[in-house]
Amino acid sequence: MSILVDADTRVLVQGITGTEGSFHSRQCIEYGTRIVAGVTPGKGGTRFDDTVPVYDTVLDATRETEAEISLVFVPPRFAPDAVMEAADAGLRLVICITEGIPTLDMVAVVGYCNGRGTRLIGPNCPGVISPGKCKVGIMPGFVHQPGRVGVISRSGTLTYEAVDQLTRAGLGQTTCIGIGGDPVIGTTFRDCLELFAEDEQTEAVVLIGEIGGSGEEEAAEYIADDYALPVVCFIAGQTAPPGKRMGHAGAIIAGGKGTAAEKMKALQDAGAHVVASPSDIGAKALEVLSS
Amino acid sequence: MKLHEYQSKELLRQRGLNVLASAVATSADEAREVAEKLAAEGATRFAVKAQVHAGGRGKGGGIKLADTPQQASEFAGAMLGNALITPQTGPQGVLVRQVLIEAGADIANELYLGLTIDRSARCPVVIASAEGGVEIEEVAARNPEAILKEPCVPGWGLRPFQAARLAYRLGLDGRVARRVAATIMKLARAYDELDAALVEINPLVIGPDGEVIVLDAKIVLDENALYRHADLAELRDSSEEDPLELEASEHSLSYVALDGTVGCMVNGAGLAMGTMDEISNAGGFPANFLDVGGGASVERVANAFRILMKGEQVKAVLINIFGGIVRGDRVAQGVIEALDTVEVKVPVVVRLQGTNAEEGREILRNSELEFMVAETLQEAARKAVDAAGGGSG
Repeated sequence: MSILVDADTRVLVQGITGTEGSFHSRQCIEYGTRIVAGVTPGKGGTRFDDTVPVYDTVLDATRETEAEISLVFVPPRFAPDAVMEAADAGLRLVICITEGIPTLDMVAVVGYCNGRGTRLIGPNCPGVISPGKCKVGIMPGFVHQPGRVGVISRSGTLTYEAVDQLTRAGLGQTTCIGIGGDPVIGTTFRDCLELFAEDEQTEAVVLIGEIGGSGEEEAAEYIADDYALPVVCFIAGQTAPPGKRMGHAGAIIAGGKGTAAEKMKALQDAGAHVVASPSDIGAKALEVLSS
Repeated sequence: MKLHEYQSKELLRQRGLNVLASAVATSADEAREVAEKLAAEGATRFAVKAQVHAGGRGKGGGIKLADTPQQASEFAGAMLGNALITPQTGPQGVLVRQVLIEAGADIANELYLGLTIDRSARCPVVIASAEGGVEIEEVAARNPEAILKEPCVPGWGLRPFQAARLAYRLGLDGRVARRVAATIMKLARAYDELDAALVEINPLVIGPDGEVIVLDAKIVLDENALYRHADLAELRDSSEEDPLELEASEHSLSYVALDGTVGCMVNGAGLAMGTMDEISNAGGFPANFLDVGGGASVERVANAFRILMKGEQVKAVLINIFGGIVRGDRVAQGVIEALDTVEVKVPVVVRLQGTNAEEGREILRNSELEFMVAETLQEAARKAVDAAGGGSG
């Protein structure tokens, strides 16, 4: 099994005709993802690459194609509206790749999605992949392999690094979720841990955090309360100075809070297996699953 | 984007908050003129405040209270053109280019008021404390009960009852409570209007006659929202920013200068932090954080090298690229082309992983340039730390 997306998931892409959107839509289709519709206002009635029908609105697209989730590649100024449109059309899941959305816009968007029962993943994330079944995002599909470990991360390439290690260790992945590097995101570490616990095939979870915020601490609290699966963690930014934003809008130690050391300690105390080196993620997962 | 105190106060004044009369001066003479003008309006004391982005100014001698315009001028003269060292600046301090001269205030009570994003509640939150005038983090550590919070519910914002509740819980009553509640409402509106990441009044002063005064103010704006605030974007003071960080941002590179000797260039912010951590695990110290972006194109890699090489303490460079959608052989080609246009005088360790990584490593090994090629991140970090002369830094 896997969580959030599988081989049958019907995906629509908002912003399918843009540079990013078209490039990554092709990559997803090549991977085997069922991209059933695209949405670009003003381009309704056309077809993307002569195959995928494009609609003016998400509502039209969902009525015609029974799309159930959306992948958003819309630029930051228009992405908040695009996510709300998808939630309004009743999609169960919206994955927003866009980086650079104002935080207060996301406060409104997250509130809106919660009010409509739509799960939002991201923004500023690589997306979600259930290896061998469905890739809804910008991650390189080939480093992944169907397997036993669930992956949750705030980062992009660091996740691919960890995934690559899991693949080399022969463990593979059930589903990998990039939750995003922004201060306000739709789905948290804790939410994903909950989903993985209900998945029969996931035997362990790799959690890749970073400095800033308290998502890792909240995950630790949840893990401490008898979490069903072993969790392997790495926290990036152990050497990051306070007060400096490290690339991601959410990666900042503010007011002495959100340090890697605090997060590592919280997770360790909760019973998670914390590694200090990003090179040890795969080996630690193997060790945990072999014991 | 950080604003200066004088900019923050002006934005708050425009939104109906009570700010004292003041003006900025860039010379001792100008400071005297401002103080004399304030004296003519009735001021009897004059605060002289260094306008720098770093916090903790008071502890570093960046805030002085003068009794006469002459003394204000002397204080200003001593600050201007000199480095101010505060607990937040590091030992080299920051250059003071301008000072704010403000009418002195009588203080009966000092409060703290602020708004920022509560990341776990996923909405802005008002933070208030009766212990004003000290750093809020200090209060939080020492006496967490002294910190009061009210969330701004998405779609509704802060409601007046919440502002009133805060005022009463701060121990205020009557007219003063009503005034402070009104101040809280105005501050919440300012936070929204400005697309702020942080607004802070510390202290908010209650005067002997119950007047409510914004004595110090700090605003940080959300960079991502500046596209819809052209007027606010103009308030940026680039002279307060690290010149290399500024140059990097002009090339859309994300760069943060650090103290170590191993320069690093990585695609992706998380992996860049992970690489720094690995350098530290290998006994070295990273010279910087640098994210060249997912693509790691020739142009970006070349610009990144230029910026790295300006860091004088850099003794070795570690390039760590996880080739995803972009293939490793293309990245390798890019690194070689980039090195054609930039002079790099220190050893370079390259670690490629992901798509076509082996082909990429082969291209690097066969090039005329002297690379050290590594397969794992650990190996790369060790080689780079050794090349930089070990763990000293």
